[in-house]
Amino acid sequence: MRLFKTIALTAATLVAVTLSAEAKDWSTIRIGTEGAFPPFNFIDSDKQIKGFDIDIAKAVCANLKATCTFVAQDWDGLIPALQASKFDAIFASMSITDERKQVVDFSRAYYNTPTAFIAAKGSGITDVSPAGLKGKTLGAQSSTIQSSYLEQTYPGFDVKLYPTQDEVNLDLASGRIDALLVDKLVGMEWLKKSDGACCEIVGEVPVGGGIGAAVRKQDTDLRDAISKAIEAIKADGTYDKINAEYFPFSIWAN
Amino acid sequence: MNWELLQNYGPRMLQGLMVTLQLVVIAISLGALLAVPIALGRMSKNRLVGGLAFAYVYAVRGTPLLAQTFLVYYGAGQFRPELQAVGLWWLFRDAFFCCALTFTLNTAAYQAEIYRGAILAVPRGQSEAAMSLGLKPRAIFRMVVVPQAVLLALRPLGNEIILMIKGSSVAAIVTVFDLMGVTRLAYSRSFDFQVYLWAAVLYLALVEIIRRVWDLIERRLTRHVRQH
Repeated sequence: MRLFKTIALTAATLVAVTLSAEAKDWSTIRIGTEGAFPPFNFIDSDKQIKGFDIDIAKAVCANLKATCTFVAQDWDGLIPALQASKFDAIFASMSITDERKQVVDFSRAYYNTPTAFIAAKGSGITDVSPAGLKGKTLGAQSSTIQSSYLEQTYPGFDVKLYPTQDEVNLDLASGRIDALLVDKLVGMEWLKKSDGACCEIVGEVPVGGGIGAAVRKQDTDLRDAISKAIEAIKADGTYDKINAEYFPFSIWAN
Repeated sequence: MNWELLQNYGPRMLQGLMVTLQLVVIAISLGALLAVPIALGRMSKNRLVGGLAFAYVYAVRGTPLLAQTFLVYYGAGQFRPELQAVGLWWLFRDAFFCCALTFTLNTAAYQAEIYRGAILAVPRGQSEAAMSLGLKPRAIFRMVVVPQAVLLALRPLGNEIILMIKGSSVAAIVTVFDLMGVTRLAYSRSFDFQVYLWAAVLYLALVEIIRRVWDLIERRLTRHVRQH
């Protein structure tokens, strides 16, 4: 019994020591992202993770003089993987919400974009209020602010939720859903492609309070460092340069 | 135990459980109807019929249920104009229908093999003895072979139902709010792993019910061969 106690105590101390050591050293940061949300994060034909989120994360890492590695992870599993220490920060166009704030901490917002309803051309949808969309089937990616917004603002509607945005798009194109709700810039990117030719933006709604990097609640030092770095890259012009590569207008969140 | 979470999502999870049950009942029963001709086809002396039945079973058993579901659901979406032309789109538009169809086609292949195996496993001496009594082949099949085959098929069929109950969770990926679908929703709102535990317990309860019912059916069907 005594031996067991000693072993347990030693093990606990070891764990505590390694944990506290790890919590202080941010010379390497592992970053989780989805990789299926162009143009913000996606995997290109060379299997490289790219996109606006990634470029911002790289600029933040450069500012912090940290080495960053990227991991692509299913959207639904991003927060659980962060909590399980598979990576240290999420740069995946994750909206800052109260629900998520209960389980993770967010950095300062690094961008803010509108949210849009997209429907088939000639659908006749002009009013995207609950009254205007009455009887329509709506779709969104699951575990997104868009999906919560649909459930809260459009109660009683037939709302379909999909694991990735690609699948929502597919089902709008095939007509299984009448309209989808998505980040406007992501929606516009899809509308430019041939399979997005079916559809158009029919309205915008106010959803969300900006996009931030998520970290574990105990890593407040990392959170503050990232927030500061975001301010810094905005101040030195790096942010605007990246912004200009993707969008003709600023998406900076004030 | 998170009571607030249970209050919010408990009723919806029970609704999800009902959807899962509907899917499984539809798939298993329609699949059984479909499996009988496929099993007979597999045993047919006609090479074309035998070949077709073999190809069907081979293809269905050789591919994952998830891939089959995607193929039917998103595949049908690509053929919307054609499906509309034949007036079937309203069916394929519905995710529940697509899942019920896929699961039925899937379990039909497995059940066909179960029935074929059971029929072939009835000792040849049984039909020979019946033949010597002057029964016609049709009557031998119906009155001698099938009753014994049912007994042999019972356990593997119970297995197949259990696999179908668990496999039906694939429906959640294509927007059906079955038990797994509701669970995923609850988890994405609460980030509380408990909901997966509840889902697991509900699936376990379903399987346990099947297990007990099957024990009862088997006792009933084997009462003539029991020693005591």
